[in-house]
Amino acid sequence: MDSLFPVTLTLNGVIATHEVSQRTTLADFLRQTVGLTATHVGCEHGVCGACTVFVDGRIARACLMFAIQAEGRDIRTLEGFAGDRRMEVLQRHFHERNALQCGFCTSGMLATAHQLLEGSPDPSREEVRESLSGNFCRCTGYHAIVDATLDAAAELNAATVAPEAEPAC
Amino acid sequence: MLKPDPAKQRDGAYVGQPVPRENARRLSQGRGRYVDDIAFRNLAHVAFVRSPHAHARILSIDTSAAQALPGVVDVVTGEEMKGLCTPWVGVLAHFPGLKSAEQYPLAVDVARWHGEPVVAVVGESRALAEDGADLIEVEWEELPAVVDAEAALAGDVPAIHPELGDNRAFRLEVGQGDTASAFAEAAVIAEEEFRFGRHTGLTLEPRSIVADFDPSLRQMTVHHSTQTPFQMQDVLARHFGLEEGNVRVIAPDVGGSFGLKLHVYGEEMAACALSIRLGRPVKFIADRLEAFQTDIHARDHLVKARMALSRDGEILAMEVDDLTGIGPYSVYPRTSAVEGNQAIRLMGGPYRMPNYRGELNIVFQNKTPMCQYRAVGHPIACAVTEGLLDKGARALKLDPLAVRQRNVVTADMYPHTSPTGYVFERLSHEECIASLASLMDYERLRREQAEARQRGVYRGIGLATFIEITNPGPAFYGVGGARISAQDGCVMKMEPSGDIRVMVSVTEQGQGTETIMAQVAATHLGVPLERVSVYTGDTQTSPYGGATWASRGAGIGGPAVMKTALALKANLLETAAVILQAEAGDLDIRGGAVVNRKDGTQRMELAELGRIAYFRPDTLPADFHPEMTAARHYVPQGYPFAFTNGIQASHLEVDVETGLVRLLDHWVVEDCGKVINPLLVEEQIRGGVVQGLGGALFEECLYSPEGQLLCGTMADYLTPMAGEMPDIHMAHVETPTLTSPLGAKGVGEAGTAAAPAAVMNAINDALSPFSAEVTQMPFTPERILTALGKV
Amino acid sequence: MKAAPFDYVRVSSLDELGELAAAYGDDAQVIAGGQSLVPAMAMRMARPKLLLDLCDLPGLADIRLTPDGLEIGAMVRYFELAGSPLVATHAPLVSTAVPLIAHEAIRSRGTLGGNLAHADPASEMPAVMLALGAVITVAGSTGARRIPAAEFFIGTYETALRAGEIITAITLPVALAGRRVAIDEVVRRSGDYAAVGAAFAIDLEGETVTGARLAFFAVCDRAVLAHKAAAALCGQRLGEIDPAPVLAALAQEIAPVADLHNRAETKRHLMKVLAGRLLQRLLSGEKSTHG
Repeated sequence: MDSLFPVTLTLNGVIATHEVSQRTTLADFLRQTVGLTATHVGCEHGVCGACTVFVDGRIARACLMFAIQAEGRDIRTLEGFAGDRRMEVLQRHFHERNALQCGFCTSGMLATAHQLLEGSPDPSREEVRESLSGNFCRCTGYHAIVDATLDAAAELNAATVAPEAEPAC
Repeated sequence: MLKPDPAKQRDGAYVGQPVPRENARRLSQGRGRYVDDIAFRNLAHVAFVRSPHAHARILSIDTSAAQALPGVVDVVTGEEMKGLCTPWVGVLAHFPGLKSAEQYPLAVDVARWHGEPVVAVVGESRALAEDGADLIEVEWEELPAVVDAEAALAGDVPAIHPELGDNRAFRLEVGQGDTASAFAEAAVIAEEEFRFGRHTGLTLEPRSIVADFDPSLRQMTVHHSTQTPFQMQDVLARHFGLEEGNVRVIAPDVGGSFGLKLHVYGEEMAACALSIRLGRPVKFIADRLEAFQTDIHARDHLVKARMALSRDGEILAMEVDDLTGIGPYSVYPRTSAVEGNQAIRLMGGPYRMPNYRGELNIVFQNKTPMCQYRAVGHPIACAVTEGLLDKGARALKLDPLAVRQRNVVTADMYPHTSPTGYVFERLSHEECIASLASLMDYERLRREQAEARQRGVYRGIGLATFIEITNPGPAFYGVGGARISAQDGCVMKMEPSGDIRVMVSVTEQGQGTETIMAQVAATHLGVPLERVSVYTGDTQTSPYGGATWASRGAGIGGPAVMKTALALKANLLETAAVILQAEAGDLDIRGGAVVNRKDGTQRMELAELGRIAYFRPDTLPADFHPEMTAARHYVPQGYPFAFTNGIQASHLEVDVETGLVRLLDHWVVEDCGKVINPLLVEEQIRGGVVQGLGGALFEECLYSPEGQLLCGTMADYLTPMAGEMPDIHMAHVETPTLTSPLGAKGVGEAGTAAAPAAVMNAINDALSPFSAEVTQMPFTPERILTALGKV
Repeated sequence: MKAAPFDYVRVSSLDELGELAAAYGDDAQVIAGGQSLVPAMAMRMARPKLLLDLCDLPGLADIRLTPDGLEIGAMVRYFELAGSPLVATHAPLVSTAVPLIAHEAIRSRGTLGGNLAHADPASEMPAVMLALGAVITVAGSTGARRIPAAEFFIGTYETALRAGEIITAITLPVALAGRRVAIDEVVRRSGDYAAVGAAFAIDLEGETVTGARLAFFAVCDRAVLAHKAAAALCGQRLGEIDPAPVLAALAQEIAPVADLHNRAETKRHLMKVLAGRLLQRLLSGEKSTHG
């Protein structure tokens, strides 16, 4: 039987301590130990992208880390984005554009799209496709996911236009 | 972007509106509830020891070390499992001559494919179960493996199941007319050998089940990622000797299915058997390696075919010889004959085909079992037909669009019967072709293609006309002896609040079943959409029915809901008439209120009707009993199937030095009859197209000559991803089926049916300056370079 | 697909690492970014009994300019490489190569040192190191060694690292003024392992090629330099380059081996096509990357 070890981390903004076995992946830890099931497990070998979460503010595969490696780290899952405007706009456009069918890839897609728009607020269609190319969706054909991401970018940009533009230098 | 029309919504006309799915709001917030998300107490987990060989005899199994490992709960071999479950055989009477062997959850004596489960190990966690499986020693005697379908029937090849005599599972000939004379008269004969690699469904949520047996009542509750709860309820009851009513199958959120999640798999049966044996819940979640080895595979055809054409491009005849390998068993309970059967019957389907002969041979082999996956048989028939037609057109120097216009079954010919006996009520090939030509600006694209070619850029345009089988009628599986319902049912109630609850037997896997049903209910009941809730996927609470497969959800579930809504409306109006002392015929329900039929004046809110009906029936006449619930069933009648049709086009560029294909654009014009929700229809088709593009360019289950599956991970098995997929442009033609009150046909297969053919034709169009052709899917760079003579 | 049981230690010094590595022998495994190791463990193809995590080892995460060149700490992650102005200025080939590696989520965690120690023959970075003449500093409890990249990669997943040693830093010599670099690969899907790949660094004096390092990956059991092809290129003048002898030499000295999706002859063909295209791009004088 596996021995359990304490791991202390910041999870969705709250410092928490849980007991895990050393071989428990971050994905299994989030889902089974903590009960945060927005993170899905699709391949367990880092290819499908369904388990994408944020580690220290950047997207990472939760199946490619052991939970014990998350000691002292900042982990954020889709559940931790309530109130985050960028994520909420993305989620709304995913819903309205039907950019998901079964929903199993969606949390990972949203995480990836969120990071894309953080670094590249006005991406081209090709850029969106490229940035999402590590997330497998079996249902939609991707077209609507790309549309929804671009629609979200447009809305976020419209909302963040400064009242007075800085002069170019 | 598609937006709902507020005016139509105000009028309650939700059918036809692109309304978003309510469950997509939930799923987009990570609030899905898939099998693996559900918590159980005292849960045990099962892992399996699997055959490392394609074909091998089990000489001995030593489980002692595993039994002794702390955390291992139970170890069960195939021989022991035999006593827990009756065997199954994947044959049905309507495929006369189809043979297969008895199957148990685990291999007994002989393993017949690489990855077949051999021993089940139950642990307190999945990791511990895997630790136990690691400790089990199986002594094997390797047997010669039948790997290639072509080799299966050779004289010196041993039968995989000696008791069946040989490796031929099924043989079928279909056709009509005199093909020999037609070929003798032909101006051009297009002849080709097509190979369709094995691929697999690869649902992102893997196969998942938690079986929970209560020995005190002999009741089993199964949370199962399945398309077909009632079929599974029947299977589990029969094979475990339980009362049907004591088996409850619940399909919570299902993470994709595509036909993969309606077959009977040994692992799921084993999980149920183990729950019965242990009296505690047992979970099996296929990991991705197990999924590649044991999820049904698809396709695997070798088709030799030829088409006779007249000088002006008229199709005179087609002859087809399809050999398909299904692994060591015909899959239970639907059989592995359906793919091949549909492939040879759909050949040439869009066209006037006076003479046709098709022969199908289905053989056993030592590979993962093959069975129905999205667009069963369609991509094979479409690629062969469309490939030969393009080849013939090239020989005759005819334009591919024109040659299709010339040959399709025309509007004046319906109802039309194909040479293989399919009856088409009313299809719209001519309109679809015309719509496609304008949607893609065919002429401009051809001009640009010619210009690019001058610059050494090789682009191709590929067309593929298709027909699609949807809404299977009453004589489908049941007629062959399978207990799979051809009808669907609906129970609908109005609650005191005036809200509407709809329980329906068709199921949801993300395609939008629940939203479609809500739209139909709201429209025909006259209530706002947001007041309708739909519940699916639980045998205990839903009416009995066939559920969702073969593009039947909207086409069969939809009319069931429509009939029920009209019945409930009549009930409600009857009660309203009593309360209002009016004639029911003078009243109507609109916008969630009872109104005067003539002028729309509101008479009472449904909530008021509910209040009186439920809480103050004392105010009603003594002999009056308000009926607040209605139930109806629907079974499609008149035609065996509701065929749909359409056409796809692919535009792509081939790098003739590397063999890489870049998809530039894809177009689909389809006719699924009445479109209930274009938002859902379009993304359903796009998803189907991408699965077809996967089969055309990327996906292949590769095997070694010894039958070892070589692509066991998603790094080796290449799926279509966002970066390589094109934008997919859509248009609709609507030819409602007159056989159903709703007029809707199915749409699930259309995208997958024709996308591979369109890509193949586009690649061959691009390669035409080199007189090179590819006909083996997937079209890998290596296969393209080989065709070009570069390697 | 769950890893076999193991113990886990975040090592705090090379001495501690050395002691544990000595005690556990082959059963000890160092983890850096873990992006290749963790899936191998999940599939139980790797079954270490002890995992030695380097994340707390000090001094491994810096990028700095030294008299020897650009020094990149072994635990620098791909995204940090991609975002580093120092790397962009002094090793633009590295900046160009990073987007070819897997996907953003992998690049968040994967490290340069971990990648090189893993020595996947289909990986981009070993070839980039060869093309740039990198020197790989390794260290253990007995001290440090500096190993030229060309001597570091020995075979599939095999390197010159000894038990108890880890990579601590990678030094990229400062480039000559006339250097042009490029990397490209034949790949079916974005982020996949390449069917073949190549990373070139070509030095020019005026219009004449004075040095070339032509590295290939995903061709055989390790990233390799094509020395004869490079020799055939040297001395040629821009605008008068004849690729034929270069490609002929290449075909002679590198014999690609088959992978799951490509026969050896396919890879040989693709290698030549790719090499020809990269040469064309580098030597056409247009849009080439200098650095």
